[in-house]
Amino acid sequence: MPTSLPPSAATEEAALHIDIDEIAKSFGGTTALLPVSLNIPSGALVALLGPSGSGKTTLLRILGGLEFPTSGRVLFNGQDATGMTVQDRRAGFVFQSYALFRHMTVFDNIAYGLRARPRGQRPPKAEIARRVTRLLDLIQLPDIAGRYPTQLSGGQRQRVALARALAIEPRMLLLDEPFGALDAKVRKELRQGLRDIHDETGLTTVFVTHDQDEAMELADLVVVMSMGRIEQIGKPQDIRAKPATPFVRDFISA
Amino acid sequence: MSDATLPRFRAATEEAPLLRAALIGIAVAGLTVLVFAPLIVVFAEALKDGWLVAVQSLGNRDARSAIHLTLLITAIAVPANAAFGIAAAWFITKFDFRGKAFLITLIDLPFSVSPVVAGLCIVLLFGANSVLGGWLVAHGWPIVFAIPGIVLATIFVTFPFVARELIPVMIEQGRAEEEAALTLGASGWRTFRTVTLPNIRWALLYGTLLCTARAMGEFGAVAVVSGKIRGQTATMPITIEMLYNEYLSVAAFSMAALLTALALVTLLLKTLLEVTHADQLAAIRRH
Ligand SMILES: Nc1ncnc2c1ncn2[C@@H]1O[C@H](COP(=O)(O)OP(=O)(O)OP(=O)(O)O)[C@@H](O)[C@H]1O
Ligand SMILES: [Mg+2]
Repeated sequence: MPTSLPPSAATEEAALHIDIDEIAKSFGGTTALLPVSLNIPSGALVALLGPSGSGKTTLLRILGGLEFPTSGRVLFNGQDATGMTVQDRRAGFVFQSYALFRHMTVFDNIAYGLRARPRGQRPPKAEIARRVTRLLDLIQLPDIAGRYPTQLSGGQRQRVALARALAIEPRMLLLDEPFGALDAKVRKELRQGLRDIHDETGLTTVFVTHDQDEAMELADLVVVMSMGRIEQIGKPQDIRAKPATPFVRDFISA
Repeated sequence: MSDATLPRFRAATEEAPLLRAALIGIAVAGLTVLVFAPLIVVFAEALKDGWLVAVQSLGNRDARSAIHLTLLITAIAVPANAAFGIAAAWFITKFDFRGKAFLITLIDLPFSVSPVVAGLCIVLLFGANSVLGGWLVAHGWPIVFAIPGIVLATIFVTFPFVARELIPVMIEQGRAEEEAALTLGASGWRTFRTVTLPNIRWALLYGTLLCTARAMGEFGAVAVVSGKIRGQTATMPITIEMLYNEYLSVAAFSMAALLTALALVTLLLKTLLEVTHADQLAAIRRH
């Protein structure tokens, strides 16, 4: 359905490439991330894979500007973006619990980012409605605009959260365990849905998961993490064929 | 236990019939003596000599001034505490910092400190004999024995109501929705206005109503700082006490009845809110 595509920044400019340069993060006494480095090529679909507490969410939140690193730099298209505000980053962020606005309809949820724009850049009402409708078509839920989040199933909520993130014409897509709370069948369907949306928008996409099948099946590049460290970065088949550390070998054979 | 003699089984949490009757009896007696009887007495005493006398007693200059003053104090103290309460709850629930537990305890302080002590503290800090108070008086800004002192005392005593209603609700809701709004490009203020505030609106209204009822009725702290100047710094509760001490029973009880009626209106609104928005308020009642 290439015609139903939202006009994405990525279709106009080349998709963002992200460099993570020796990023470390600690919260008070606890170290969440040791210095880690990672290059995410333009337009890639990257999985951050690792057990609970390995620092995946922390790294994703640093990319989105919701957390600031204790040391190190983040570069977007080669330019330092370490101190850039969360608003300026224009990252489409999908939260683990979806974080839909509970007092707003699906329509208002998806329209939120467009309405939040400064007056000069805010699309007119009719244009906002048109874009929301198009996004609802894209997530294949054309009839739920008037519903509230509590009236949706888990899978529907996840797709609305994705549509809301796409509505702002993001420069990148960041998803924290996007399928974590769903049953196996819905997970499989939505997995393909994310792949399709990534391929259509061309957006540089990073998602967090602790499910190695999900990472291996979906991602172009898998980043295996453990205890705040990056254990290995590679294509799924390379990681399978040549695990770099005993941890990776154990984790992917589990 | 010989089950043959038992006609039916009792639920584990169900008391023996006799005990149950006794407990209900105590509850009803307690409510009657402590709540209903005083309410009835207040209105009966006020209306002892008929409606006309009661209403007339509220019409003189001092009585009108007391009513105005109480409404004015409430109109300042309640919005101020709503704003402080939102700010405190926001700060406590949306940020991580050292000394958070201490700050939460501090918010409850006005509940544990005697209002009279609170009033004395204000006198010590802002009275004409203190450095700060002396300076303020010299510049034509008296605090103690004047309206600003009464406002301060009322704000202090009623501070916890709004914050205490909001904190559990905001903790339960977490920060995810606010963070989502920020990633969608909303400014901090817009996020507060369009996400935080709508999510806490019922708890806020509830806390504000409780705060209003308490602000109108505050006696102890206000008695210390007001100086009880008739027609100037005597609020409704203070006036009631003065009239009563002068054996002007109908006038005292008429004003008491009016104050009670105002409190009952806020209670009624609160109950209405509980009925119509039970689900949103459920989170509050868990504390
Ligand atoms: N706000 C915070 N304050 C204190 N410690 C934190 C905070 N956020 C994360 N941590 C700690 O940082 C470490 C990494 O956490 P993170 O949430 O990034 O892990 P994760 O890989 O996403 O785990 P999960 O799969 O369970 O979501 C953990 O030890 C966690 O306890
Ligand atoms: Mg996580």
